[in-house]
Amino acid sequence: MLGSIYALVALGYTMVYGILGLINFAHGEVVMIGSMIAISVVVTIGTGSGLPGPVVVLAGVGIAIPACMLLGALLERVAYRPLRDAPRLTALITAIGMSIVLQNLAMIVWGRQYISFPPLLPSEPHAVLGATVTGTQVIIVMLTLALMGALLLLIHRTRLGRAMRATSQSPALAGLMGVDVNRIILFTFMIGSALAAVAGVMIAGYYGQAHYHMGFMLGLKAFTAAVLGGIGNVSGAMLGGLALGVIESLGAGYIGALTGGFLGSHYQDVFAFAVLILVLVFRPSGLLGERVAERA
Amino acid sequence: MLAVRSLQLGYGAIVAVRGIDLDVGAGELVAVIGANGAGKTTSLRGIAGALPARTGSIVFDGEDITGLPVHQRVARGMSLVPEGRGIFARLTVAENLDMGAYLRRDAAGVRADLERSYALFPRLGERRRQLAGTLSGGEQQMLAIARALMGRPRLLLLDEPSMGLAPLVTRLIFDTIRSIAAERVSILLIEQNARAALELASRAYVLEGGRVTLAGPSADLLSSEAVRKAYLGE
Ligand SMILES: Nc1ncnc2c1ncn2[C@@H]1O[C@H](COP(=O)(O)OP(=O)(O)OP(=O)(O)O)[C@@H](O)[C@H]1O
Ligand SMILES: [Mg+2]
Repeated sequence: MLGSIYALVALGYTMVYGILGLINFAHGEVVMIGSMIAISVVVTIGTGSGLPGPVVVLAGVGIAIPACMLLGALLERVAYRPLRDAPRLTALITAIGMSIVLQNLAMIVWGRQYISFPPLLPSEPHAVLGATVTGTQVIIVMLTLALMGALLLLIHRTRLGRAMRATSQSPALAGLMGVDVNRIILFTFMIGSALAAVAGVMIAGYYGQAHYHMGFMLGLKAFTAAVLGGIGNVSGAMLGGLALGVIESLGAGYIGALTGGFLGSHYQDVFAFAVLILVLVFRPSGLLGERVAERA
Repeated sequence: MLAVRSLQLGYGAIVAVRGIDLDVGAGELVAVIGANGAGKTTSLRGIAGALPARTGSIVFDGEDITGLPVHQRVARGMSLVPEGRGIFARLTVAENLDMGAYLRRDAAGVRADLERSYALFPRLGERRRQLAGTLSGGEQQMLAIARALMGRPRLLLLDEPSMGLAPLVTRLIFDTIRSIAAERVSILLIEQNARAALELASRAYVLEGGRVTLAGPSADLLSSEAVRKAYLGE
């Protein structure tokens, strides 16, 4: 469940990294802003409009997606493009800076308190194969799988996707083929941000609330998922996200037993970062990452 | 077709090309020869738009393209085959060729040209589903040339197509260049192999230290004392 959300967010990290070699640390904030916007829309039209819950949520998604795409495009155009040829560290620091800017912006607009997502989605539990799931959870997983399928089709079966893959291998060479590299990069940010918006709505629906600071931890975990799958690798981000979700929930379940009750399940965040450290130490290229020799 | 005037190019504080004049007529095959570091690759990148001009002008088909970005020059019919086989190693052979036709909208024509590429280089046809990075050096060079042709360029810029290739493959590549020229595609060819380049081209330029020091019909250069000494090893 959380795994699918991590996967959607991880895709944004990995696609941008694949093309620019940049870790866009502001990406978690794009998710947060997607959450906030969707909740605002849902709250505004939601109560008393008489529309069915899912329709209202869909309206929220429908507005959060273009808003986040615009935000992603702005980040690229205003913050990162001028630094395209600057040292990587400069761009990285800018990314962290943008993350802080967006957090503060969200705090000014939506305040410091948690804002809650009205209970518009089905939450009654069903028993499926011995597990208990809610309709919302089923929707999250199905939607994630559909989006991943669509993204893979886009990347591997369309002219645009071929241009994206070519640009990620060599922007200079792609330009010589007639590819407008700036447009491809802009587009990559926008696709990543659209996925982030969907993830933002999902996480708001899942936890029933959102907060200006939520993008930070989520962003770190999704980044971990991207590294676990092999940063720069799209299928890797999907796999890494799902795997991290499983590791976390198993970990949260067993952490009490493992530590003799010393640590409770609220320590589940530990697992994500343990995974990050282990991957970086033992297999920095990740599960599906190319071997370093192939990059030369 | 192509008229370059007082073109200056460089990298940061380095000036690599110090004001060159160069012309390629329609359907003409022109060669540029020069020692390592003379500025041949830099000039070609400047013409293709991969490197911005410091000063000077580039006119293509009567249009001043000096300020145009690289992809818009491709759209106008220029194609550069970069030095050292620039291929997309993690795309398949077929995908590389498709990238060459990126700006074309005539799907049927592209398909026909794809088959022509495979007819021209049967080895590419046999390996069309293979990742381009797994090809041999000679095959990669064939792919780079075939890919450039997929865009149906009117001006082909070739940067040392024979570099590091065995004599047999070099001959194949030069034969291909000759047959491309026979189809009235204008070609600007950079070569270390000065003799082969001069035998292929109708005119040539000699580049030294970022300047054109000699220019003229290939036959004249082939018999020039200075060229024979410096570039033909006689
Ligand atoms: N990316 C770069 N950054 C800085 N200097 C460069 C760069 N590329 C080339 N140069 C310098 O510009 C000059 C011309 O280089 P260029 O590659 O154009 O030579 P060339 O004639 O193509 O040589 P070769 O025959 O070895 O390919 C050289 O002095 C080189 O060191
Ligand atoms: Mg060179």
